[in-house]
Amino acid sequence: MTETSSSSETGSTRVKRGLAEMLKGGVIMDVVTPEQARIAEDAGAVAVMALERVPADIRAQGGVARMSDPDLIEAIIAEVSIPVMAKARIGHFVEAQVLQALDVDYIDESEVLSPADYVNHIDKWAFTVPFVCGATNLGEALRRINEGAAMIRSKGEAGTGDVSEATKHIRTIGAEVRALTALSKDELYVAAKELQAPYELVAEIAATGKLPVVLFTAGGVATPADAALMMQLGADGVFVGSGIFKSGNPEQRAAAIVKATTFFDDPAEITAASRGLGEAMVGINVADLAAPHRLAERGW
Amino acid sequence: MAGSSAAPRVGVLALQGDVREHVALLSSLGADVVPVRRPSELASVDGLVLPGGESTVIDKLATTFGMRDPVRAAIADGLPVLGTCAGLILLAERIEDGIPGQRTFGGLDVTVRRNAFGSQLDSFETELDVPAIGPGPVRAAFIRAPVVSEMGPAARSLARLADGTVVAVEQGNLLGLSFHPEMTGESRFHRRFLDTVSTRTAD
Repeated sequence: MTETSSSSETGSTRVKRGLAEMLKGGVIMDVVTPEQARIAEDAGAVAVMALERVPADIRAQGGVARMSDPDLIEAIIAEVSIPVMAKARIGHFVEAQVLQALDVDYIDESEVLSPADYVNHIDKWAFTVPFVCGATNLGEALRRINEGAAMIRSKGEAGTGDVSEATKHIRTIGAEVRALTALSKDELYVAAKELQAPYELVAEIAATGKLPVVLFTAGGVATPADAALMMQLGADGVFVGSGIFKSGNPEQRAAAIVKATTFFDDPAEITAASRGLGEAMVGINVADLAAPHRLAERGW
Repeated sequence: MAGSSAAPRVGVLALQGDVREHVALLSSLGADVVPVRRPSELASVDGLVLPGGESTVIDKLATTFGMRDPVRAAIADGLPVLGTCAGLILLAERIEDGIPGQRTFGGLDVTVRRNAFGSQLDSFETELDVPAIGPGPVRAAFIRAPVVSEMGPAARSLARLADGTVVAVEQGNLLGLSFHPEMTGESRFHRRFLDTVSTRTAD
């Protein structure tokens, strides 16, 4: 934590991480139009992610995926009063500068877009706006936190409707955190080396047993039961991308996923939320995706 | 206080938001804390915290899961309640800049303006004087925070920003804060809430 003067301070670590704390237990929904943003807010989303194409369409249409048009982001900000997030390409700090100038509430430095830098991520300490970044394991999460990320989401495999990668990533992060808490102090140096993460963060997690920032999960969540699965596996909340607006009845499905996220440990409520939702997104099995098309492998 | 030997049993409304921080802080002060999502859980507590979070979401979930009327009835019956940020919005009788159809539990005779400072870029932390809880400044984090824009005669202001904006109010057993003491290691508001709970259960 940065603990500085007694005067007013914007963009502090506490304020950046704090907004994510307020989103806990909630669902963040991908939207591509103001109309979808309205549906998401009405269904009980805690925030919306403004983007040009949902991951399923990026996957289907191919090409380079970039930050959204500023006009679209502004229209979505104007439509809703809940926090609005938007995606920048990995390493594209100028897209991030633009998003901050647009007054978004959070930036997602996202592997769903085409990376702009295959070596460096954005220096997120340089911004007042907070960042969320994806991670497939604890070392990756800690490298992003070290660069200034104020929130982590496990990556999953976006745009597939297949939750298996999300399960793998949230389980991996949880297991690696638990493993650190069992190590003796003199074993943490090597643990930091093996995780390729800063020793200070590794030691902090060994002591507290949790990440210093909020951990959401993402990538392939398509049903109320998927969302509850992620919560039971220890996620603080859920991102739903293509799963809502690529389904038969987005309004109802969005509200049902919100309910299942709140009552994630109550099978009766999850059952009730799962009834009569119509068609889920069709989906792609991750195992059928050729390796170059796996978005989770972007970022390092 | 005098009459009660056991630790006070209090709840944190656990529909969405920073529930964990309130539970941890109240537990560290010796309270018996339970998350509250159902009317039966509400009936088991002597005080309730409405956490920070997204007020529109908590409102919808409270309605969907049958919590709205029980919480309103408990407040009318004198249940001690502490609300922070979204919790202040939920305690206000009137709101400005809510979404269409947004409702509150009510109880505090005030109008609260949602997202009063603007977007996350305008979120900030600062120090406040709050004489009612004792000397020493309060480190306060304001995160897309609401403010009290109009005070009814029954409500009392506990803290203001330098420009005079009211950011903490009390009325009877209800305490509403624009900011998040649960995030800054500030325990005096929660202690005050627990004292109110103990006083009421001792009666």
